[in-house]
Amino acid sequence: MSSITPEVVAAHSLTPDEYQKVLSLLGREPSLTELGIFSVMWSEHCSYKSSKIHLKKLPTRSQLVILGPGENAGIIDIGHGYGIAFKIESHNHPSFIEPFQGAATGVGGILRDIFTMGARPIAVLDSIRFGPLDDPQTGPRNRRILEGVVAGIAHYGNCFGVPTVGGECVFHKSYDGNPLVNVFALGVIPKDKIFFGRAEGIGNPVIYVGAKTGRDGIHGATMASDEFTEESKQKRPNVQMGDPFLEKLLLEACIEAMHSGAVVGIQDMGAAGLTCSTSEMGSRAGTGVEIDLMHVPQRETGMTPYEIMLSESQERMLLVAEKGREQEIFDIFDKWGLDAATVGVVTDDGMLRVRNHGELIAEINNRDLADEAPLYDRPHTKPHRNVPMEAPAFSSTDLKADLINLLSSGDLCSKRWIYEQYDYMVRTNTLAGPGGDAAIVRIKETGTSVAVSLDGNGRYCYLDPREGAKLVVAEACRNVSTVGALPVAATNNLNFGNPQRPEIMAQLVEAIEGMADACTFFETPITGGNVSLYNETLGEGILPTPVIGIVGLLPTQAPVPSRFQAEGLTVMLLGGIGSSDETHFGGTQYAYVLLKQMWGLPPALDMAVEKNVHLAIREIVAAGLAASAHDLSDGGFAVALAEASFDGIGAVVTLPSSPLRPELLLFHEAPSRILLSTHSPEEVSKLADTLGVPVSVIGKTIKGQVVIEGHLSSTIEELQQPWASALENALHA
Amino acid sequence: MKFGVVVFPGSNCDHDAQYAVTQNVGAQASFLWHQESSVPSDIDAIILPGGFSYGDYLRCGAIAKFSPIIGAVKKFAHAGGLVMGFCNGFQILTESGLLPGALVRNNALKFICRPTHLRVETSNSPFTNTATPGQILSLPIAHGEGCYTAEPHVLDQLEAEDRVVFRYVKNPNGSLRDIAGICNAQRNVLGMMPHPERAADPLMGSTDGLVLFHSLIASLAAK
Repeated sequence: MSSITPEVVAAHSLTPDEYQKVLSLLGREPSLTELGIFSVMWSEHCSYKSSKIHLKKLPTRSQLVILGPGENAGIIDIGHGYGIAFKIESHNHPSFIEPFQGAATGVGGILRDIFTMGARPIAVLDSIRFGPLDDPQTGPRNRRILEGVVAGIAHYGNCFGVPTVGGECVFHKSYDGNPLVNVFALGVIPKDKIFFGRAEGIGNPVIYVGAKTGRDGIHGATMASDEFTEESKQKRPNVQMGDPFLEKLLLEACIEAMHSGAVVGIQDMGAAGLTCSTSEMGSRAGTGVEIDLMHVPQRETGMTPYEIMLSESQERMLLVAEKGREQEIFDIFDKWGLDAATVGVVTDDGMLRVRNHGELIAEINNRDLADEAPLYDRPHTKPHRNVPMEAPAFSSTDLKADLINLLSSGDLCSKRWIYEQYDYMVRTNTLAGPGGDAAIVRIKETGTSVAVSLDGNGRYCYLDPREGAKLVVAEACRNVSTVGALPVAATNNLNFGNPQRPEIMAQLVEAIEGMADACTFFETPITGGNVSLYNETLGEGILPTPVIGIVGLLPTQAPVPSRFQAEGLTVMLLGGIGSSDETHFGGTQYAYVLLKQMWGLPPALDMAVEKNVHLAIREIVAAGLAASAHDLSDGGFAVALAEASFDGIGAVVTLPSSPLRPELLLFHEAPSRILLSTHSPEEVSKLADTLGVPVSVIGKTIKGQVVIEGHLSSTIEELQQPWASALENALHA
Repeated sequence: MKFGVVVFPGSNCDHDAQYAVTQNVGAQASFLWHQESSVPSDIDAIILPGGFSYGDYLRCGAIAKFSPIIGAVKKFAHAGGLVMGFCNGFQILTESGLLPGALVRNNALKFICRPTHLRVETSNSPFTNTATPGQILSLPIAHGEGCYTAEPHVLDQLEAEDRVVFRYVKNPNGSLRDIAGICNAQRNVLGMMPHPERAADPLMGSTDGLVLFHSLIASLAAK
């Protein structure tokens, strides 16, 4: 009588067809442990089976790309013998079930991805999304999730000693039962000391290092590939527990071991734990890996082989060492007080062979696990949308009140309550921390700096996934350019609903294609990333939310502030005031916050114009002409002007004549625009002219006031106070 | 002039301190591993840097006080050697009895990272002898447990003996009497929650932390 019934197969989230493929690859029925191994390796989370054929459309190469997708993190060349390794990853599902540990282990996982390559992490940014804090029904839960997620990120990053230097925090009803927690990490690596997750060298020992294995997180990868139902709340033991102190020890020990020369290959145990690390390391090297579970350090007694293989206990690594040099590795890990044990050996037959006290438990071809997962070209139709194209009738009676309402809304208000919980200065490299257009971190090793911006916009992508994705890339590149950096590479986190629904799959496909177009055009190849699907609760999908992380390079210098710094300077608008009809106004913050509606299309983007604006602002910054520079995005011109005034210096401006109604003129979100203040307006104009970028002088900086002639006039205090206090007020309502 | 920077496994401001004193101050520095039980004879001053010494899941610095290096630091201090503890270093100094009082959870119960203003309360210390009383320094804080607390008579004694070295201009964490930094009775051990090593480089937005290092070097030179 077979123990593998259809119910058992279904409980492992494998379809009948997928199970048939397991049978034909094995040529026999799997044991329960083998079934568990297949189920995690072939889960959406590990195999990308729904997205892989589309991800191939993304650009991945440039002269600077040292390592593209496929390893633990991408690496680009930053000169002077160094590279930077970076990637973004999601921990959405665990963060809903247990916000603090879910977010904390999300940070831990991405940090391991970075130092597995041999890179020392120097910066983290997060893109987090929640349901509205003021919703009568779900508000209390959303507040608890936000507080837990922020505390979890802070707990892990602060103790580990990596600065959390920026990110974004956004609210929408669709994230009510499905918050998004996307964490980006970046590390510095000597170009000649890059390590790979490869089990090379037949006969070399396979060594387990780090935390002991427990029962936590079993089937986390499979959970991350399911929709949430009422039963999800029962899945709390699936969420792993993080120990940032242990991770810090692991970092130091791994880097020391790598520098000893005794390490051949190394991979972290993240999703699918020991299963994924053994089979992927073997698969990449074309070798086999044989382990005996009796040697695996265990935290609990009586664990079954199934549990040991599928555990997602945190802070563990698997490494392959040079035969005969095991003791060097053990000594280094002993110095840092960590477990290290030889658990197996690299073999020549390509098989993952798992024994327990000598008894054969599982025997599967590594390639079948890592590379033979089913690939789906899932049907896709028209992207899901359920809002009109036509704008409703609307008009504004009080533009100043509108501006205050926007500034105190969830997406636009100050996030100080959040970022002050993060140590954003440790390592003394943070030239520009949270709150600006892009974070800037200096690299002491090279004497240069990197700028990073994370961006997403679910509303734009809901209205038009293709154009929305392009706008997201454009904005992140604009942010990076505004601080003077050249955007050179990208990482993406694709957060979508259930890909088995053709109208959701269509969102994913179109967003990937839009992102591919934009990343090609802006010359920011995607060197890695993450796909998070099944972000639905009780059949309700999230807004399609591709998040992009753009990395840019710049010299180490005092950063250009985003806020006005001195009175009497000329205020200019690079890129012009832009335009928008009512249709392209339907995805704006004005529509969302003040009209509580969505309609039409996202703002229109001309990528060639956009790219020219980036070039112009970089040259203006490089020439030292910008006293401040701030890009226009959510909330449009008026919000950008207010934000630029929050160091106490405002401006009096007169906008260029425009046929637009005042509310459209002040709040439309056309891209390709940057607000700057300067001592040298003529030189700025000349520079912009030579590049064919429109620029106009719109006013002067003044103390304490924000005036848009003919439209609104306010003290800075009236705008800043609601902006500064909104988040804390909402949390403590 | 050579600093010894203590490294616990969970120290994470050790490299920042080393960078500041070598690159921004122009002194030398070497690391002192937590399992060492003596301080090399060429060390002129010791820095206990920020971080999470042994994870600090129990009470910050509660395990560190038993480490071999702290035994050595105590000997060094009792012999008159200059010791500075920043952030976690201050917590360890109070736990190990080199300084009075304790650092407890911030009154808002959250980690806080932000620039703060400190007032120099005394120039009668080797760490502030080139500063002037009343001078305002801009130094960042980054801690979850930085609320200084002690018995009233201890606070009175600190004040009477001119041992409150820094006060917060605007108290960020509930510290009693706005205390940000204190020294011992012999005035050779300083503990403070703010991070002078993070304010030693113009690119970091403030160089106000340099006054501590320059004072220390001046007082050593005067010996």
